[in-house]
Amino acid sequence: MIKTDILIIGAGPTGLFTVFEAGLLKLKCHLIDALPQPGGQCSEIYPKKPIYDIPAYPEILAGDLTDKLMEQCKQFEPGFTLGERADTIEKQDDGSFIVTTNKGTKHQAPVVAIAGGLGSFEPRKPLIDNIGDYEENGVEYIIKDPEFYRDKRVVIAGGGDSALDWSIFLSDVASEVTLIHRRNEFRGHLDSVEKVQELKNQGKIELITPAEVIGLEGEGRIEAVTVKKGEEEFKKSCDHFVPLFGLSPKLGPIANWGLEIEKNAIKVNNSLDYQTNIPGIFAIGDVNTYPGKLKLILCGFHEATLMCQAAYQIINPGKRYVLKYTTVSGVDGFDGTRKEAPKAVVKAIE
Amino acid sequence: MEQDVNIKITDRDGNTHEIQAPTDMAMNLMEVVRSYELAPEGTIGICGGMAMCASCQCYVNSNHELPEMQDDEEAMLSEAFYVKDNSRLGCQIQITPDMEGLEVELAPES
Repeated sequence: MIKTDILIIGAGPTGLFTVFEAGLLKLKCHLIDALPQPGGQCSEIYPKKPIYDIPAYPEILAGDLTDKLMEQCKQFEPGFTLGERADTIEKQDDGSFIVTTNKGTKHQAPVVAIAGGLGSFEPRKPLIDNIGDYEENGVEYIIKDPEFYRDKRVVIAGGGDSALDWSIFLSDVASEVTLIHRRNEFRGHLDSVEKVQELKNQGKIELITPAEVIGLEGEGRIEAVTVKKGEEEFKKSCDHFVPLFGLSPKLGPIANWGLEIEKNAIKVNNSLDYQTNIPGIFAIGDVNTYPGKLKLILCGFHEATLMCQAAYQIINPGKRYVLKYTTVSGVDGFDGTRKEAPKAVVKAIE
Repeated sequence: MEQDVNIKITDRDGNTHEIQAPTDMAMNLMEVVRSYELAPEGTIGICGGMAMCASCQCYVNSNHELPEMQDDEEAMLSEAFYVKDNSRLGCQIQITPDMEGLEVELAPES
């Protein structure tokens, strides 16, 4: 069981900044995220896009913002459960919560902060009628362990970076890699596109474009895909079909936690502390809604800061505290580091 | 308003809405749909309008001359579902005065 003070669901910018604000109040945080890396949408969807409305940054790339937030909160030693989705929550007799992920990892905390953005990222599934029959039987939407494909025949579909990158990677692992895409053009890093071209020329990747997988067949598990190329339809034998059409956020299991939901977002008390209808559970950042809500990173930062003050009161009932300024008090990390402003020099002028 | 254009938008439930869209606020079609709440929040404009998610895909049903598709829009549509010949990404269509009478239909959520 992982125990912490504030359990944060979602490691996007709002979740990461919560670690810093909580740290100033000597509260420890642990974050859960369905994605394998921190940063949320900023690192998953648009790491190379500039953001222009982060205060004091006239321009910053979304990926760099994530790096800076990680650097800023590092001294407060956050824990991470990445690549797992928070599935269930149970309230305990002592008032704390136990949150369990889809992989069974359990976390316990007196305060839960949902900073889940638009939800957890789920793979987008192609519209092939019987695809559900083959899930777990040769159809995978996410590649978790490339070794799983050793000496197998793999058909990958998609035209973005993940389709390109995995085709390249698996060309050394699988016995046969086929990449199928609806167009001849790919939407990926130039390096990856050129590498796939090179591997195609070497006969290590079979490229079928412009084409589409329209059917799947096999007794119990996948044995072949039906490919449509122009007017022509043909079968391609395979052991695995891996459609990589990107990820789409879904509120998912959180929607069943008994929280008040409005417009796909969690209703909170914004005049106070962004608490939900369940005391001890807060919702901050893009995942919440209240009158006048704006889905902006900078608003998430503000909400996180206020939420931490309320979390302090829950965790330390009756204990006095007054807001301190980092310029005055410095920052004491949980890792033993201390940051503080240099003292003013006092010297007489003769 | 003088700068408004009239647009017909059919939502995902098949209901058609006649709305006025401003041409002077640098809004795109996805943002117009959101401003009139014609699709639930969280199901449209997920990437914010960067042609990176296709959640604002729509079918253009009138013969308006629209801005030409750029590479990123075309690439995104090539990975989207329910794509038809008249598919466009709403986020890539800036509202301009010559869009008076435009008729579009929102593609299913995917």
